[in-house]
Amino acid sequence: MKKIYIVSICLALLMSILAFSGCGFQDEEAEGDSVVYVYNWGDYIDPDTLEQFEEETGIHVVMDEFDTNESMYPLVAAGAVRYDVICPSDYMIQKMIKHDLLQPLDFSRLPNARQYVGQVFYKQSETFDPGNIYSVPYCWGTVGILYNRTMVDDPVDSWDILWNEKYKNEILMQDSPRDAYMVALKRLGYSLNTTNPDEMRQARDMLIAQKPLVQAYGIDDVKDKLVSGEAAMGVIFSGEALRMMLENEDLAYVVPKEGTNLWIDSWVIPKNAAHVENAHAFIDFMSRPDIALKNFEYLTYSTPNTAVPEMEEDEDYKDNPVVFPPPEVYEGQETYQDLGEDGDKMYNEGWIQVKVY
Amino acid sequence: MIKSAAMRHLFALPFLLWAALFIFVPLVFVGWYGLTGGDGQWSLANVGVLLQWEYARALELSILLALVSTLVCLLVSYPLCLILTERQRSHGALIFLLFILPMWMNSLLSTMAWQTILEKNGILNQFLRLLSLPDVTLINTPAAIVIGMIYNFLPYMVLPLYVSLSKINKNVIFAARDLGASSWQTFTRVILPLSLPGAISGITMVFIPSLTTFFISGLLGGNKVLLIGNIVEQEFTMAYDWHLGSGLSLVLMIFIIINMMLTAYFDRSEGQVKK
Repeated sequence: MKKIYIVSICLALLMSILAFSGCGFQDEEAEGDSVVYVYNWGDYIDPDTLEQFEEETGIHVVMDEFDTNESMYPLVAAGAVRYDVICPSDYMIQKMIKHDLLQPLDFSRLPNARQYVGQVFYKQSETFDPGNIYSVPYCWGTVGILYNRTMVDDPVDSWDILWNEKYKNEILMQDSPRDAYMVALKRLGYSLNTTNPDEMRQARDMLIAQKPLVQAYGIDDVKDKLVSGEAAMGVIFSGEALRMMLENEDLAYVVPKEGTNLWIDSWVIPKNAAHVENAHAFIDFMSRPDIALKNFEYLTYSTPNTAVPEMEEDEDYKDNPVVFPPPEVYEGQETYQDLGEDGDKMYNEGWIQVKVY
Repeated sequence: MIKSAAMRHLFALPFLLWAALFIFVPLVFVGWYGLTGGDGQWSLANVGVLLQWEYARALELSILLALVSTLVCLLVSYPLCLILTERQRSHGALIFLLFILPMWMNSLLSTMAWQTILEKNGILNQFLRLLSLPDVTLINTPAAIVIGMIYNFLPYMVLPLYVSLSKINKNVIFAARDLGASSWQTFTRVILPLSLPGAISGITMVFIPSLTTFFISGLLGGNKVLLIGNIVEQEFTMAYDWHLGSGLSLVLMIFIIINMMLTAYFDRSEGQVKK
């Protein structure tokens, strides 16, 4: 008798759990239609704009974050997760197009993106997204030298300064194969997308020759070391340069005359997206001038939105060539392209050789 | 204690499940990735890269730095543990605690603290300038990495050494002295052999993490000194070549297995001494 009693209690408990979880499941289903799953870089959007989006459209935003294109790609390629909007960089978009992971955008649903995102950036996007079919630019920037004016007395306008013996142990380089190679390739006058073994070898030897002068190769720590004056100069992304210059007034940013990498991060919709309509609404919302302005002020990365420079009132940003560079800075610059597996391998192996040397 | 076989199996179940899920299955994955190429075909290419000079050099440097840090840890810990166990001082426990303390701190954090100490304008150099002494350049050199390894892994040497030394029955030492052994003889013939198991496990526990570390070499080496752990990290996080990363991990595992075989060998010969 007692046993049956216990069993029945267990059954009752089990059923109630099932019933509750059933309810929960239904709730999620109902919400399922007015939701958009976004996969973005960490801390790469003003949270206020997301709230505003939810208020205005009633579409709930679920955002996941990644920190490198390379960690994002396999998740999307495996199809295990279904995002509606992703924000990869130039060469990664090209790779995703190559592997048939993206769907064409319906630009009739993207009036803001058509009107306000600058033609220059669509044109530059053609290098990785021919015909501008799959992507809408969100942020862009250059890579240059940030230097401390109190510690550097030579004019800084060329990558050459990073090979100047005078600044031994004062130089910081980016710790990433392509960003490091880019500096050497540009200094040699080659394309930053080269896979020519001879050009690569020259660039590698140049990086090896530079190594004794380099204080450290870093990613995030480069910023701290430049702001604190631990090093005199470093290779840095333009968006970060502005924030650092506001922290330390002795710092100045230069895009070397030999040319640099012009990078673009753009919104795309993956092929397996479940909420395509919401995804378009999200992308178009982010292209709206007032929202682009908010995001720009939050991120301080250059925006491709042509309406923003006119709307900007803050003295720190307005007329600042670092954030709103004149056309000659970005015209004719190269953007990274996907080099395929063999190309990536060449860069990675070469970089290991530099580091081990 | 546990009488029925069924009960014993039941008690072993949680660990067996754990071992299967989190030790065996991942190992199979590492082995599979390491021994196949990007095309899914079996290949030894990922292990064979060690014949290339750049990988061989990174491995060579990793082994060298791991050996140095293990040796220093041993030389620092042994006398300390000897003193702590020989004289049962009241504050012996406190000193022991101080040596173990780094283990309680997040190792990433304490390594970053070392960065601020060793930097060009760091605490050490500021102190030296205060004494009108010349600056030392330690940051971003192999020496800085060794310092970081010693600081992080010293407790793993102190702990087993202290335990094995304090387990030695004092009467054995008294007996040795009674039978006419000098202090030196007592040490080499009695204390040292009896503490060997602790020393061996200490060596293993310092050598293995030193060999495979990547964040200490990254932070204190300024990414200028490339250890094999850094290459594995780069393959997984930046290059996204899981096959090569796993292949290199397999190579590291071989070295760890060699280390453990040596440990087992010494433990066994130690058992014979006791007889």
